[in-house]
Amino acid sequence: MSSKQGTSLVTDLARARGLGASHTGTEHWWEQRLTSIALVPLTLWFIFSIASLAGADYATVKAWLQQPLSATLAIILVAVTFHHAVAGMEVIFEDYIHTKCAKLTAIIAIKFVAVLGAVICILSVLKLALGG
Amino acid sequence: MSNSSSRPLSPFLSVYKLEPSMIMSGLHRITGFALTIGLVLLTWWLVAAAAGPDYFAVIQGLLGTWIGKLALFGWTFSIFYHLGTGLRHLAFDTGRCLTKDGIVSSGWTVVVAAVGLTIVAWIIAFIA
Repeated sequence: MSSKQGTSLVTDLARARGLGASHTGTEHWWEQRLTSIALVPLTLWFIFSIASLAGADYATVKAWLQQPLSATLAIILVAVTFHHAVAGMEVIFEDYIHTKCAKLTAIIAIKFVAVLGAVICILSVLKLALGG
Repeated sequence: MSNSSSRPLSPFLSVYKLEPSMIMSGLHRITGFALTIGLVLLTWWLVAAAAGPDYFAVIQGLLGTWIGKLALFGWTFSIFYHLGTGLRHLAFDTGRCLTKDGIVSSGWTVVVAAVGLTIVAWIIAFIA
């Protein structure tokens, strides 16, 4: 090993960042953990709320989603869930798609589709919550 | 292979005996994938609710068939399983349960909790 002074081709900034060839560090991992922690109470709330609404008529479901607390939690649930799903799908694509072009296409596609889905869901909740 | 003596092997799945912890890890990913597909259903359900009573009745009718109920049952179990193994992974991240006994016992705890919570959710659904 040569000494770090003088012979290294790595710039001081690159060495300080400490990221290497991938150009990213722990951000993806951290986001996955953060969204998973948020989803524990949100998912439990949603599943048991939906379960207690099983067989209910339209007016009851609408009245439930129109409550400010339900609408707020539903919007947060949707946003965090789509974020978490994309983080997971990205890892799956990275692991199993071995062509660089196809991998990148799949990752871009899932991100676009997730934003579309999340906006559709949030707009639906808002329409119910604000539409009267 | 001529050089297969005592050298460490790359982690090819085929060289390992299938262990419960491997199945649990695989199922965490498979349920995560399935739940992502399930988001199409969630989106459809919310759109139907926003569209009005007539369209909402269509999706509620579809979900009420035995195929719909089966899909919802699988969805419920997948959520509770993925949530449980997710919490187990968060515990692993803090260095907990990373012994042989800890991995086995936390694994069984997750399986039992997932089955239990699925049954509780469906009891609530049938009573409601």
